[in-house]
Amino acid sequence: MSHLTVPKTFKLYIGGKFPRSESGRVYEVVTAKGAFLANAAKASRKDARDAVVAARSAVSGWAGATGYNRGQVLYRIAELLEGRRAQFVDEIRRSEGVSESAASAQVDAAIDVWVWYAGWADKYVQVAGNGNPVSGPYFNVSTPEATGVVAIIAPQESSLLGLVSVIAPALVSGNTVVVIASEASPLSAISLGEVLATSDVPGGVVNILTGSAAEIAPWLASHADVNALDLAGAGDLDWVDLQIAAAETLKRVLPPEVGIAAPSVERVTFFTETKTVWHTKGLI
Amino acid sequence: MSFLDYAPAPESTAILNLRENYGLFIGGEFVEGHGTPFSTISPATEKHIAQIANADASDVDAAVAAARRAYDRTWSKMSGSDRGKYLFRIARLVQERARELAVAESLDNGKPIKESRDVDIPLVAAWFFYYAGWADKLDYAGLGPAPRALGVAAQVIPWNFPLLMLAWKIAPALAAGNTVVIKPAETTPLTALIFAEILQQADLPPGVVNIITGAGDTGQALVNHTDVNKVAFTGSTAVGRAIARSTAGSGKKLTLELGGKAANIVFDDAPIDQAIEGIVNGIFFNQGHVCCAGSRLLVQENIHDEVVSRLKSRMSTLRVGDPLDKNTDVGAINSRAQLDRIRELSNVGVDEGAERWSPACELPDAGFWFAPTIFTGVSTSHRIARDEIFGPVLSILTFRTPAEAIAKANNTPYGLSAGIWSDKGSRILGVADKLRAGVVWANTFNQFDPSSPFGGYKESGYGREGGRHGLTAYLESSGWTAPALTKGARK
Repeated sequence: MSHLTVPKTFKLYIGGKFPRSESGRVYEVVTAKGAFLANAAKASRKDARDAVVAARSAVSGWAGATGYNRGQVLYRIAELLEGRRAQFVDEIRRSEGVSESAASAQVDAAIDVWVWYAGWADKYVQVAGNGNPVSGPYFNVSTPEATGVVAIIAPQESSLLGLVSVIAPALVSGNTVVVIASEASPLSAISLGEVLATSDVPGGVVNILTGSAAEIAPWLASHADVNALDLAGAGDLDWVDLQIAAAETLKRVLPPEVGIAAPSVERVTFFTETKTVWHTKGLI
Repeated sequence: MSFLDYAPAPESTAILNLRENYGLFIGGEFVEGHGTPFSTISPATEKHIAQIANADASDVDAAVAAARRAYDRTWSKMSGSDRGKYLFRIARLVQERARELAVAESLDNGKPIKESRDVDIPLVAAWFFYYAGWADKLDYAGLGPAPRALGVAAQVIPWNFPLLMLAWKIAPALAAGNTVVIKPAETTPLTALIFAEILQQADLPPGVVNIITGAGDTGQALVNHTDVNKVAFTGSTAVGRAIARSTAGSGKKLTLELGGKAANIVFDDAPIDQAIEGIVNGIFFNQGHVCCAGSRLLVQENIHDEVVSRLKSRMSTLRVGDPLDKNTDVGAINSRAQLDRIRELSNVGVDEGAERWSPACELPDAGFWFAPTIFTGVSTSHRIARDEIFGPVLSILTFRTPAEAIAKANNTPYGLSAGIWSDKGSRILGVADKLRAGVVWANTFNQFDPSSPFGGYKESGYGREGGRHGLTAYLESSGWTAPALTKGARK
């Protein structure tokens, strides 16, 4: 007896929920050869703004968690990715038109990147912070902390690894994220949302939009409640205009990457602010 | 005559050996500028000090070309230890000529000699001394082995701490191996030009540091020059925003140290005597021309009246007047334009319903002066609680709980600095954690040190100056990445 498949409806991931685009729009996601795969939600300006609201309200909880706690929560995502490996391999294979082994290698790399970044959560402060030997009777220490809400344009290629390579480093220090997934291959992004929703990541910490980055990114770049902008996957967009828009509220901006960003602690510390605290010492 | 009346004790200007005309310092020499020269005056007397060259676009070209040549041929090939030795030499020369520099700074800027002598110039020497030692230790800066200099750095600095801001910019840039074109503010070019003479005495290779004078259009031409690799700016948020826009997409590494509206939070268990001194230091140091000034005083409601009364009594002892007098606490406002802005915002404060108070004090007839001023009954929506005044004007607000203090302190687009006054350690650390500000002073205020990173959150800019962090603003990683992940995906 044959089984008639039940296709999944791919929706957005905002504030821990899976809404459709408020605009009611969808776009066709096709295979590398052009065959219909799915209808993905085509996020609007309103969806982007809703995502920023969700991300902002999640900052204090996520940034306020201990590094140890964030590290475990992030590591848990790698565990869940491992369990869903077959689904991701299948989606990548169909959507990107790559071989099973290439898709499998991408999932492996994505899992390894998660684990690598997860381990930074309770260490980056030690590496990027300092006790400062000021010349006076003062306690003085510099520590990095999350900058707040980071808007990200994910790489177009390597839909899962590319996405993981940009959201994981922003999450390490306690930032929350609004990410625009690969336009052509958004399926693994939404499936990652399902992983996040069933892990211990609080709703709103990661918000995933699918649709046209060219249409949505300007609203995020100019949004006054976004602290930083990662243009990793914006190389083919008018990204200089996005950087100019971001200057209005002096957002921290990472320029486009060629290919997939290599894992680096600089991607973690870029989305942090260094706070230096002085206190008088008694002269005893 | 009361005990507060002191006989005049002016620092002599005989130590100065000023020229009548100053050119642009390009390629190790003073050269003529092609713009219309301007006069630098003493804001305390409005008297002319010297004629200053004005750099036009062709002068900016020449300065950047000199810096590029020096970078390619000399500075990038020199060992870190030799770069360091030049910086040590500069530090020593600044120490040797400290009194002269302090007098020139107070003359040109209007700040009290006791501040230029005891704060500005000693910190200038300390800054060069600190970064000198970094020049041959860049592998330890935290960017992995063999980090690279960026190239030519374009630096634009403000008028509030003229020579100190120059040191903040030049010392780390040179230590990291960059060459520099720097533009001092048009109202305070004097000490930068004396510093050029120090560079000659230090025998610094020509073109490693180029100092060009001029106004906003000179600065604009400099930061937008296509052959600079790094832009560092300290000044207003509006100009910083314009620079962020104009350098977008250029690949220039940018650091911005912009405005602030710092909250100085006083809890009811604070050591009140020290807090009063801290409040005064926080807002009246350098006439309040301080981006990190504690310009919003948040006082716990139950001690508001006591704090205000003690503050008024302390303010009555502040001596306002001749910057060169060693007894002066508050000097001259730096320029007529700044004085106009302070007056305008103070009038807005009165119009919006806040209560204004200044101690009785006689202000000189000539020059630009503004008496130390406090506003009580200020609410968070008032412009004097939101806009940076950049003058000796304090807005006093109240709060009841730590949570309310934090919410009010963070209720600003700025995030440069903050102060906390309390005897309770756990409260200080808890509040410091929640303040969105780059520098938090607890039971002290306005402390600076070359080893201590300084810089803001949000619209106060990005990047840090000072410490290891300040060094990395002038370096890039050589591309080294974590070995465990360079092997790529498992098969």
